[in-house]
Amino acid sequence: MERIPILKVGQYLLITIQVDLHDKMILALQDELTNMIVKTGARGILIDISALEIVDSFIGRVLAQVASCAKLLDAETVVTGMRPAVAITMVELGISMKGVHTALNAEDGMELLNDILHRDEYAHDFSAIN
Amino acid sequence: MLIKASVKRISALLGFSLVNQTKIITAAAELSRNALIYADQGKFKISVLDDTRRKGLQMIFSDSGPGIENIEQAMKDGYTSGHGMGLGLGGSKRLMDEFDIKSAIGVGTTISVTKWV
Repeated sequence: MERIPILKVGQYLLITIQVDLHDKMILALQDELTNMIVKTGARGILIDISALEIVDSFIGRVLAQVASCAKLLDAETVVTGMRPAVAITMVELGISMKGVHTALNAEDGMELLNDILHRDEYAHDFSAIN
Repeated sequence: MLIKASVKRISALLGFSLVNQTKIITAAAELSRNALIYADQGKFKISVLDDTRRKGLQMIFSDSGPGIENIEQAMKDGYTSGHGMGLGLGGSKRLMDEFDIKSAIGVGTTISVTKWV
């Protein structure tokens, strides 16, 4: 089975989904990713889906689950590069990916992750002072 | 995946916009997944409709699974008896122009959807 590579960059894990997703592939990705978060202590996950032509309810659900899992393991998830036609279709289909951050492209996604993590650090510092 | 490729090709050839191509392929993914989850296997037929005024694309998914007891309930968002998100039927109906479902307990389910260019 083809695997989706997970790259570690600093405190982030990067995943670019380049191929059509088979169900087994995305479930394997979910497994591997949660293990990687724990192993590397990654604080952010960036999943780029700009190559995906469709996101059906199954893929949408798994992406949302990945984000919830990551959150429980103290990591934030950003999904980037969604095509406009995919966004329109997802809304009509009724998929809402609650808890998943999105950004227009990978670069914006990295910036968003930086912002979120720094905000967290700030909040930690603040609560330490008080 | 074979279904997806053929649906993509035919919808592009018929001149559907990118958004509508995406909707059709997504509906095909939802409906074929339903057939796989509930019936393990099924038949897929794709046809080009031409009623002189307009062209359309019709997809028929038929399976010999357990059938759906309460179609009205199955069409509702959020209802699922399996592993789905419960958006497959209602969602596909919204993505397409026409939606027809026939189901008999113990015999199977046939869903026909059409989108006009």
